[in-house]
Amino acid sequence: MPENASALQLVLSGDPALYAIVRLSLVVSLSAALFATLIGVPFGALIALNRFPGREAVVVVLNALMGLPPVVVGLAVYLLLSRSGPLGELGILFTPQAMIVAQTILIAPIIAALARQTLEDLWNEYRDELAAMDVGPLGRIATLIWDARFSLVTALLAGFGRAAAEVGAVIIVGGNIDGFTRTMTTAIALETSKGDLPLAIGLGMVLLAIVILVNALAWGTRSIGQRVAG
Amino acid sequence: MISRRFILLAGIAASLTAAPAAAQEKSIVVASTTSTQDSGLFGHILPLFKAKTGIDVKVVSQGTGQALETGRRGDADVVFVHAKSLEEKFVAEGFGVKRYPVMYNDFILIGPNSDPAGIKGSRDIVAALKTIKAKIAPFISRGDKSGTHAAELALWRLAAIDIAKEKSDKILGPWYREIGQGMGAALNTASASNGYVLADRGTWLSFKNRGELEIAVEGDQRLFNQYGVILVNPAKHPNVKQELGQAFIDWIISPEGQKAIADYKINGQQLFFPNATAPGA
Repeated sequence: MPENASALQLVLSGDPALYAIVRLSLVVSLSAALFATLIGVPFGALIALNRFPGREAVVVVLNALMGLPPVVVGLAVYLLLSRSGPLGELGILFTPQAMIVAQTILIAPIIAALARQTLEDLWNEYRDELAAMDVGPLGRIATLIWDARFSLVTALLAGFGRAAAEVGAVIIVGGNIDGFTRTMTTAIALETSKGDLPLAIGLGMVLLAIVILVNALAWGTRSIGQRVAG
Repeated sequence: MISRRFILLAGIAASLTAAPAAAQEKSIVVASTTSTQDSGLFGHILPLFKAKTGIDVKVVSQGTGQALETGRRGDADVVFVHAKSLEEKFVAEGFGVKRYPVMYNDFILIGPNSDPAGIKGSRDIVAALKTIKAKIAPFISRGDKSGTHAAELALWRLAAIDIAKEKSDKILGPWYREIGQGMGAALNTASASNGYVLADRGTWLSFKNRGELEIAVEGDQRLFNQYGVILVNPAKHPNVKQELGQAFIDWIISPEGQKAIADYKINGQQLFFPNATAPGA
């Protein structure tokens, strides 16, 4: 980004470096939210609908994992993907793919835990009906997920928000490489360390605006969806 | 609905697998220090290198200790750092092929303009550090095993003050504050707490949040700060891009690369002084 520019100037002038950073932040965090949903929702559903020994412990651990420190996830993924680590062959450390992997791990528990709660509440409501209709286990899960889809969007957004806001994991596994793995949050950390506090806070405002925009879009889609679905 | 979702997923999967293929097209990873990045040096010289060779240099900027560790693990092709003894150890252990001196700048002692230790204008860094301790003026240490941190500890030893030992004996006073962060963060902390801090001149010149801070001590020979560049040993890590990495090293120590370094200035001040050919650098 050019020297001595304010965040507002960068936004208004359509600074390509800033837009590349915004694009990467969105691609990484939205991909992570999507993958984490694909993992987390079925996992949450399995726990919601099944009774097994140690289930309470699994629920407690899952809820606790919502508070996973990003820097710990980042370090674990770093050690995994490092050339000296078990998955070093992939060669994806310091790439956006590594950042997506780290954020997926970070937010999958959040989405799973929220989905578990949502689906369990719905399950209590539907249980007798579904039993009477003699629906199989997969059918039950599908029905519950489908009927809870609008609430599950909130879980996805919670995951996305967490991913878009974190810096600890992406800076370790991405390396904050200029024009390649620099996101909004790592750029903010960098500008802070350069002592350019006005630009750093300005970028923070831009990040906030983007997160609000994504949430507004999701809300709009949800409202339209609910109206169409009745 | 499902098919549309499937297409979306397939698209993401395809973009994920396609990205590395494009990225591997002539690029290297250089693990370097916060000073080279924060000072803007790389922003100046890397476009010149890319224009000449087409090689994309991806800089991961860390402290010297962490950058060498990144090299040790095989996660970088080249390390570009500033702590000669650690660099020589890195090569001796077989992790690096050869160390080439590149350039130097100097460290400066930064402090508040109220100057509680009364050392402003001194050219004797050792005496200044002794005074800071005697007057228990706040001192901010990087505390992150970076090159600057190593240099700072070496200067304290020259002043016959063993920080590590005082720390383990639990007699180190609260005037000495280890923050465990980069150069910019240390300057921010010094600015906020009116403390003294050892900084490299490059980061200082490009630093924007100076507040009450100014240079307290400079010009001492012992504040010399040498940078070296090393290719990570392909014998240890076969994934190292030997040819491209060496091309970067050859360029940066060539007259052209050295001129590019000398040409980088902030407000007319040269930040780094090339010395690839200086004996013993």
